[in-house]
Amino acid sequence: MPVAELRRVTKRYGEVEALRGIDLSLGRGELLALLGPNGAGKTTAVRILLGLAEPTAGDATLFGHHPASPEAKMRRGALLQVAKVPETLKVREHIELFSSYYRNPLPFAETVAAAGLRGIENRLFGDLSGGQKQRVLFALAICGNPELLFLDEPTVGLDVESRRTLWGHIRGFVKRGGSVLLTTHYLEEADALAHRVAVIDRGRIAAEGSPAEIKAQTGTNVLEDAFLAIVEENAEVIE
Amino acid sequence: MSGVYWMEAKMELRKMARLKQYSLSVVGFPLMFYVFFGLAMASSFTQGPISVSKYLLATYGAFSVMGATLYAFGAGVAVERGMGWLEVKRASPMPAGAYLLAKMAVSVVFGAMVVSLLFALGAIFGGVRMPAGQWLLLWTALVAGAIPFGAIGLAIGSFAGPNSAPGTVNMIYLPMAFLGGLWMPIEVMPKMLQHFAPLLPSYHFGQIALAILGAQTQGAIGAHVEVLVGFGLLFAGIAWIAQSREHVKMYG
Repeated sequence: MPVAELRRVTKRYGEVEALRGIDLSLGRGELLALLGPNGAGKTTAVRILLGLAEPTAGDATLFGHHPASPEAKMRRGALLQVAKVPETLKVREHIELFSSYYRNPLPFAETVAAAGLRGIENRLFGDLSGGQKQRVLFALAICGNPELLFLDEPTVGLDVESRRTLWGHIRGFVKRGGSVLLTTHYLEEADALAHRVAVIDRGRIAAEGSPAEIKAQTGTNVLEDAFLAIVEENAEVIE
Repeated sequence: MSGVYWMEAKMELRKMARLKQYSLSVVGFPLMFYVFFGLAMASSFTQGPISVSKYLLATYGAFSVMGATLYAFGAGVAVERGMGWLEVKRASPMPAGAYLLAKMAVSVVFGAMVVSLLFALGAIFGGVRMPAGQWLLLWTALVAGAIPFGAIGLAIGSFAGPNSAPGTVNMIYLPMAFLGGLWMPIEVMPKMLQHFAPLLPSYHFGQIALAILGAQTQGAIGAHVEVLVGFGLLFAGIAWIAQSREHVKMYG
């Protein structure tokens, strides 16, 4: 059974069709990167899998449960794009609070180690650097010891060093057997981390496969070129 | 599971206590106003059979609880909703009720703290004397005001934009307090404003507190309680509708 699955999912907002019949499935221990231009439907797909939006048609399940059910929530963690996190709580307090939501959270020290926060546990969130803040959000996503992690553009706005550090922690999570659904605009990131890539364009899956397969399919050796080729080709098909 | 609710409330309290915009203004303004109007200028006007220091203890007590609650809910929810933090919480296994109960805990704790400080000021510097039972009843009624005003704050928080929320709360809170007779006795205000006051929840809250003191009030205390409960339910309903609309909002 897949860890997360979308079956013929359609999502309509009034006149706009954000998703037009998408099938997507994530296996255990897999890191799937969801790529696509702005407005392609990536965020909608993630919101449906998190139970924050209901599909207009089709089914979404996590571990065979409804994405908004307590059973699903207990087994997943999520790092979402957030403009402002409460700044007057300490790193330690943020982690303790989110850990308390879960039945079998990781021990505090393990969460701190897995997110690279040692030494700054007692700092207020507002006093942290951009990279440190993003690692705290990563800690909140993994502190419940989830089997599945949603990472929605986890490294956006980070410098190269912070980005690489976070990649290391994401790889660590996968190495311990976790599954990850990653959305990103950095194709280099998908290339470095993903077992499989799905390109969403205009509400449909335009291509799917390992990064190597995607590159081979378009005859390029850089994922970014392959991505552009797919999106352009897709545009021609639609026209 | 009750551990989660406790933890959420504890962290919310720490968060708000460290947030100086909240803790300083919510505690500072009512105390400052009471010192000016209830103590320093108390001898310059009187209010029927009871002293001004005593009268204003009831109305500034109501003002304090309204402030603690409207900022905790109105500004708090608007910022966390608008900045995406509420979404992070909703994606987590946090029980939905924990979020609101934690905000209520903050409102009650800060409201109770300011009311207690006001009582101490009134008793020590204003010579306010009452039987213990009356102090306790007034204290309880004031702090319980956090419940209907929490619902009003939640409705504000469901509509206000994250950046404008503190200003929006001020625009509602301050005029509502003034026009409801919480800054100065309603009887000294122009007749037209007096007719307008019963439309405001702040007026009914103030009248309840004044009735407990034995001050002259308009109408029975039970009727004011009913109106306040009605306002609470109405705004809880508005917040609930706003919340369900949020789910169908557009995202890319």
